[in-house]
Amino acid sequence: MQLRRLAASPLALVPTLTLALFLLPIAAGLIGTWLPAFGILPSLGGTGPTLEPWARLLADPALPGAVTATLVSGFGSTLLAFALTVGFAAAAQKTWAYRQATRLLAPLLAVPHAAIAIGIAFLLAPSGFLLRLFSPWATGFELPPDVATTQDRYGIALALALAVKETPFLLLMLLGALGQVQSPQRLATARALGYGPVTAWLKTVLPAVYPQLRLPVYAVLAFSLSVIDMALILGPTAPPTLAVLVFRWFNDPDLALRFVGAAGATLQLLVVVTGIALWRLAEICVARLGRRWIAGGARGGTGGVARGGWSAGIFILLGLGLASLLLMALWSFAGRWRWPEAWPDSLTAATWARQLEPAAETGWTTLLLGLAVAGLALALVLGCLEQEQRSGRRPTRALWLLYLPLLVPQVAFLFGAQVLAILTGLDGSFAALVWSHLLFVLPYVFLALAEPWRRLDSRYLRSARCLGATPLTVFWRVKLPMLLRPVLFAAAVGFAVSVAQYLPTLFAGAGRYSTLTTEAVALSAGAARRVVGVYAFLQALLPLAAFAAAVGIPAWCYRNRRALQ
Amino acid sequence: MFPLRSIALLLGCGLLAASPLAAEPRAVPRFDEAMTAAQGQTVYFNAWGGDERINAYLDWVGAQMDARHGITLVHVKLSDTADAVARVLAERAAGNLEAGSVDLIWINGENFAAMKEADLLFGPFVPELPNFALVDTERKPTTVIDFTVPTDGLEAPWGMAKFNFIYDSDRISATPANAGELADWAASQPGRFTYPAPPDFMGSTFLKQLLIELTEDADLLQRPVESDDLFAQATAPLWSYLDGLHPHLWRSGQAFPTNGPAQRRLLDDGEVDMALSFHPGEASSLIVAGQLPDSARTFVFPEGTIGNTHFVAIPFNARSPEAAMVVTNFLMSPEAQAEKQNPEIWGDDTVLALDRLSDEARALFEAVPRGVATLAPEALGPVLLEPHPTWMTALEDDWRRRYLR
Repeated sequence: MQLRRLAASPLALVPTLTLALFLLPIAAGLIGTWLPAFGILPSLGGTGPTLEPWARLLADPALPGAVTATLVSGFGSTLLAFALTVGFAAAAQKTWAYRQATRLLAPLLAVPHAAIAIGIAFLLAPSGFLLRLFSPWATGFELPPDVATTQDRYGIALALALAVKETPFLLLMLLGALGQVQSPQRLATARALGYGPVTAWLKTVLPAVYPQLRLPVYAVLAFSLSVIDMALILGPTAPPTLAVLVFRWFNDPDLALRFVGAAGATLQLLVVVTGIALWRLAEICVARLGRRWIAGGARGGTGGVARGGWSAGIFILLGLGLASLLLMALWSFAGRWRWPEAWPDSLTAATWARQLEPAAETGWTTLLLGLAVAGLALALVLGCLEQEQRSGRRPTRALWLLYLPLLVPQVAFLFGAQVLAILTGLDGSFAALVWSHLLFVLPYVFLALAEPWRRLDSRYLRSARCLGATPLTVFWRVKLPMLLRPVLFAAAVGFAVSVAQYLPTLFAGAGRYSTLTTEAVALSAGAARRVVGVYAFLQALLPLAAFAAAVGIPAWCYRNRRALQ
Repeated sequence: MFPLRSIALLLGCGLLAASPLAAEPRAVPRFDEAMTAAQGQTVYFNAWGGDERINAYLDWVGAQMDARHGITLVHVKLSDTADAVARVLAERAAGNLEAGSVDLIWINGENFAAMKEADLLFGPFVPELPNFALVDTERKPTTVIDFTVPTDGLEAPWGMAKFNFIYDSDRISATPANAGELADWAASQPGRFTYPAPPDFMGSTFLKQLLIELTEDADLLQRPVESDDLFAQATAPLWSYLDGLHPHLWRSGQAFPTNGPAQRRLLDDGEVDMALSFHPGEASSLIVAGQLPDSARTFVFPEGTIGNTHFVAIPFNARSPEAAMVVTNFLMSPEAQAEKQNPEIWGDDTVLALDRLSDEARALFEAVPRGVATLAPEALGPVLLEPHPTWMTALEDDWRRRYLR
């Protein structure tokens, strides 16, 4: 007995270790941000406590506009993504459109936010691709019209781009959750009682599946309210969104603005917390009204119109995403390509030839970093899940804390975490970079792997134990091979998330490490679209390759085992 | 309101300087000693990375340094020079006095004044560099006085800049000759002009150019801002000018491009008809690169436009100051300067005095093509001096308060 406990103990430490790796920088980061917000940061001469940073923040002329743009783009994108996801799932279940859309999910999910934003900026701009297609022959525009279709005051273009990126995520989460609530049986029962297909789904499946969708929706809301890289590319400029405003304060040579930035970062946190609370409140109201609607017994129609409408909505959104990527790829090969031409004068590989060497170097850093982070995250998640299964306990509540980095806005704690990194001498090291990425990668890996791992039929494990295998053997020879597909998929998700990180790379990397994402965002502000195209394309390519590997490797390994394919 | 930012900056720096962490200044080696020590060192050159051509030039410099001196040059691409200044400050705050992450920094004006004031610079090292003797400090006084602040050997001149406008000659036949004509033209062509939002240096320079022209007593600008009232009085004509101009701008003045290159892209896309530039050769260079239409040309105001010099400096806590000195010396060499002046490479004017060069070195410059859109030296007009940096910070603050809402 004693021996067994001892043997199990290293594994037992994994969940604790994982949580510590997470909570330490976030807690330290939050405190390291809150103290300066009240004027306390002795190394910069702040001995506080004082409310002066808050007074300066609230008196800032840019604040009202920044908060408005943040709320419009944050709530707008989340509502749009949520409505499209739920509407499409309800209206288009089992149709051809549904199967096609789900196939398009993975590529869009994999592509970093910045790449999408860069492409959409070119697609929608007044001198962009959409208007070029129709100008001047249809629109009569000899010159690009002076209309803010991107970088608009309220961040509507930003909201649209966020929705392009978030809808695939929510749809994928919904697909995963549907499997756990016996949706076919629910639907069959409701249909037998005479309910139309859409009404049946909304009345019987949605209430059951929503609790599983809640956390992803909150994460999307928190992300949309505090995104920086996409807002730099597509968001309003005068004033920018709150997160960008705070980001600028932290980067100002005037140290006194660090204090204002800290107060702004804390306000950003408040905005997100309030946003989530409002959403929760709306949930309760909708649930109340919905209960009455469900009990009312209206059967609903065949849902033909809804099916067409929601499918069109989803395809427009997915189409925007894919078109923006293809356009950036085209730009990287373009010769002269001026308004109003819809196709470049010539195609050339000159930009690639010039950029290949620097891009390859940056790509290499991105690749190594992504592999290191995804590998580490996978090891920790597997450790946590294995420990959970061996100890026979249901998922511990503490592991919910893993999702904290998805809910707390990055700017709210990265500044404080950077101070911690400088104090410990980790600042600018590869280790700090890996750690900072891990914070955001691990939750997604956990999210992707937890369900398949827990759902594996335990009779396989018992059979293996009966045949004399140790728990370790069971892990390596039964669980991992059987779950190779979800394990690799989770690793690919982790890799893609790492590639997409912008702010953590800047803060922890101390400018020493540039990744395809930091490079693409830096270039997108000004440089020629051809170069931006090269970086955006590579930035999209790496995660796609990872997903291809995640699908291809198990298929090849198990080419002669049909049940495992 | 007005000097809050600059005062706070100086105050912040002052507190840092007074803290026990402040170290003894490090000794500057002789250049031959530096050459020996530089072997195998790595120089993290923190320089704005928003222009593909400049990045390519720095890659070339890196290759030269590797081949000649065994120095590894890493271009840390900044989106704003202030990031690197902030980093050095943070390192000092954390007690990192000898192993800083910045070895060399591309800098001028406001950031130099702040770093000099706070003793964040290594040196004076510039007098030790052999190529500094070739710099034209007499006819180009801005090579030793940066925005009215004496460089005191703490930063090395790297290139000359002169404010100019790039325009599309297919769209504009008569170019404006002063601020008033510019506003008239903008009003007649609504939505076809804009400028980068300050504190981007291009946008700030545009404000200073207008201020020098519009204010009553331009000599005042050469001294630090003395009071809020004085600032309000001196800048009142500027604000009323901008209030009148903004409704006619691109996006009705509700949005601004992020920086100079972003505005050039708008020009190339046909969204506006003008862009701002700091390099007389830039338009030619961008036509060659296919980033501006062949019809792009440049003009200046005949009464003069702002000119200045950009520099490189070494932070006080650089890890490899010796190698940074060797790199700096190379940046000032005739070979590197001539390469840089070529519009097909970058198109940035030299800081050197051509009459002090050997025939061989002068031939390098004579071989540099001028480019189709570049004005002849005599057509560039007089150089207006940069105002004291305090004007710039105050202008940026007030601009933000008025128009960023």
